[in-house]
Amino acid sequence: MFEFDVVTLSRLQFALTAMYHFLFVPLTLGLALLLAIMESVYVMTGRKVWKEATQFWGTLFGINFAMGVATGVTMEFQFGTNWAYYSHYVGDIFGAPLAIEGLMAFFLEATFVGLFFFGWNRLSKVQHLIVTWLVALGANFSALWILVANAWMQNPVGAAFNPQTMRMELTSFTEVLFNPVAQSKFVHTVSAGYVTGAMFVLSIGAYYILRRRHVDIARRSLTVAASFGLASALSVVVLGDESGYTAGENQKMKIAAIEAMWETEPPPASFTLFGIPDLKSETTKYEIKIPWVLGLIATRSLDKPVEGVKALVERSEERIRNGMAGYQWLAKEGGHPNAAVPPELEASMRDVGHSLLVKRIRPDIENATDTQIHEAALSTIPDVPVLFWSFRIMVALGFYFIALFAVAFYLSSRRRCGNPWFLRMTMYSLPLPWVAAELGWIVAEYGRQPWIIDATMPTFLGVSNIPASNVAASLAAFVLFYSALAVVDVALIVKYVRIGPREEAEPQRSGAPVLPAPSPAQTR
Amino acid sequence: MFDYMTLRLIWWAILGVLLVGFAILDGFDIGVAMLHPFVARNDTQRRVTLNTIGPVWEGNQVWFILGGGAVFAAWPPLYAVSFSGFYLAMLLVLIGLILRPVAITFRDKRPESGWRETWDWLFFVSGFVPALIFGVAFGNLLQGVPFHFDQALRATYEGGLLGLLNPFALLCGLVSVAMLTMQGAAWLSVKSEGEVSVRARRSGALAALLLVLLISAAGLWTMLGVEGFRIDGVIEHAGPSNPLAKSVTREAGAWLDNYRAYPWMIAAPALAYTGALVAALAFAFSAGRIAFLASSLSVSGVATMAGFSMFPFLLPSSTHPSQSLTVWDASSSKATLSLMLIAVIVFLPIVLAYTSWVYYVLRGAVSEAAIRRGDDYYY
Repeated sequence: MFEFDVVTLSRLQFALTAMYHFLFVPLTLGLALLLAIMESVYVMTGRKVWKEATQFWGTLFGINFAMGVATGVTMEFQFGTNWAYYSHYVGDIFGAPLAIEGLMAFFLEATFVGLFFFGWNRLSKVQHLIVTWLVALGANFSALWILVANAWMQNPVGAAFNPQTMRMELTSFTEVLFNPVAQSKFVHTVSAGYVTGAMFVLSIGAYYILRRRHVDIARRSLTVAASFGLASALSVVVLGDESGYTAGENQKMKIAAIEAMWETEPPPASFTLFGIPDLKSETTKYEIKIPWVLGLIATRSLDKPVEGVKALVERSEERIRNGMAGYQWLAKEGGHPNAAVPPELEASMRDVGHSLLVKRIRPDIENATDTQIHEAALSTIPDVPVLFWSFRIMVALGFYFIALFAVAFYLSSRRRCGNPWFLRMTMYSLPLPWVAAELGWIVAEYGRQPWIIDATMPTFLGVSNIPASNVAASLAAFVLFYSALAVVDVALIVKYVRIGPREEAEPQRSGAPVLPAPSPAQTR
Repeated sequence: MFDYMTLRLIWWAILGVLLVGFAILDGFDIGVAMLHPFVARNDTQRRVTLNTIGPVWEGNQVWFILGGGAVFAAWPPLYAVSFSGFYLAMLLVLIGLILRPVAITFRDKRPESGWRETWDWLFFVSGFVPALIFGVAFGNLLQGVPFHFDQALRATYEGGLLGLLNPFALLCGLVSVAMLTMQGAAWLSVKSEGEVSVRARRSGALAALLLVLLISAAGLWTMLGVEGFRIDGVIEHAGPSNPLAKSVTREAGAWLDNYRAYPWMIAAPALAYTGALVAALAFAFSAGRIAFLASSLSVSGVATMAGFSMFPFLLPSSTHPSQSLTVWDASSSKATLSLMLIAVIVFLPIVLAYTSWVYYVLRGAVSEAAIRRGDDYYY
């Protein structure tokens, strides 16, 4: 069942490094914007407490940012090191957004982040504020391009297979950029980042108020985080719904698996609030259903059906059979400098991706038996229970965030930040946005299986042709190395939270954390 | 806009520009990391060296990230074969690149000397390992590496980490270490004062002279001992990107073909030598800015020299020479190259403009006195 071959190890490594990287990304996204907002208030009001707030959250931002940069390099390298055939197959499309991300976004973010820390006394107030906004802008643009790349894996538009080069090639960049999946994913993901940043500030602020320390800065930070967080929490849910709709359009199997919907229901389909999906009998036990809701989410209509898993498997089986002719032609003619698909095979070529699913079962797929083809069709079902629960916990957290930020917003607008029960709840909610964000990626990526590029290339084909021992070695190195860094990172953040903001300038002692003290010229 | 052949040529040039940008800018960060434990001998001095690169290293590292992204987008087969073929070497580079941001950021966050000493040495490792491996990788490119394709263009690589560490490749690794040490020393001689800059200049002069010796040795070896590659017959410049449709022969000295055909290419090695010698002199006469300029020119010369020798090869195969990856058969499609070219034309000048502005804002040296006062310095 679970063998440690190159495919499994590479997938494990990708899951581990991607999820680890995404511990830092949402906080960078959210905190960068919060820093820019706090500093804007400082520049507009000229009150030093806002500058101190910006610098304090900036210190925590810096620790987190370093980890984000460090772990991000791994992600870019990994496509080449562990997914070489994937890189060859789709680099023509997939590489472009990654390169543009570096050129347009990451350069901006990384060049100005140094100036954020070092430029307090070298720049005028307004100049420094612009720098902070540019860092936030760069972070958001980064997310845009990375999600354009990811969305293309979910919904590969604007590209066509070229038999002369044996790979996918770009036909329309605008289609890739305005991929509906990319748009809804981008806004949903950055909003999740904003919620994470807001929750971080809110929780730590709550901790200070409970301890009656740094109350000035904490109260102000709380006010900003509550309003910013409420807007973000609302948009995460609304835009998540939009993401669900685009998935319903493009990835029907993902929706069916999230819903544990085995049979196609008469429209409008109901949403299963609770149930125990059972793979063996292909049923969901103890269901509690809300009528109509799923039909509305997935089709925006009351008359379009949401297809069930079984119907979709049948369709996959058809496509596997359809693609065989195209596959055989490709095995014979592909790679010749003037190869061109015969017109009668064009329909079959669209389904070659499905035929490739059989390769996992037998390499000579043209000789597959009916049983083997059916087995391959069944492999298009992702892990139903995992998706079912990941999705529901994520959504529940989404609604919890709305409630929490709404209460925080109400209390802070009434200047009643002192309710200890509420403050404690806020403090303990700190890890929840991360839980929700990671579950979101599990739904997105694990729900894409068995495809690395939806309906085009199976995941197991995308790997590099390297010994499994190499991947085992790198996986072990990442586990050890990343665990050690995580411990240090968390310890440092805790340490700096304990120290708290520096509320008045004092002469720098060697060895103490260095935060630039304002010069007289700065405090006019 | 351009025809396919021209686009491929332009992208080869862009690859060179990114490599040179990386070697000049991120190169001095790597050099400073390698010099850090040796030119700075106490906590204040070490904070000086860290703070000279503190505000700029993150932006500089993007040159490397963008280089990787550009290879992925413009030369997917090259990206796929080299990154997976050099798997364990890449893992070591990666660990270096992960250590660097962490070492810089974490070092000052606790006052204990043991903590700081640990991160100082990890910082050194984060510079030395990538510097050595980049050179070793180039040494292997010049000799060809053992890979081949099947008909579906799935690549198989038949070597391991130890195969990469052959004598010629290690020599190239030393070239890279000496070159980046010189570059780091030049940066420190501009941006630091007192003891740190004196030691940096001494190290820099030594590194520059070593570089001259090492590139001479590597050049001679390339001329006499390394079997270069040459495409036979008519070259299809605008054909589909499929590396299986040509034939290639190997011959000692073939890497010098281009210099015979285009004598102006001699400018690259000339620049590498002159730059290093001028830098050595400038170090001796404490002319920091001249040293940095000369060192940067030398670095550009070394990188260009390697590119000129190998053109049009990107990644030659030692076991199946005819399947080598070249500029003419390992690129992206015309559509992608055109699109990416527009992105580069629009954004690279903007990047260079704000990068220059950031350097201008941060002008001036970091002194030990200022570090002790603590104004303005973050690390």
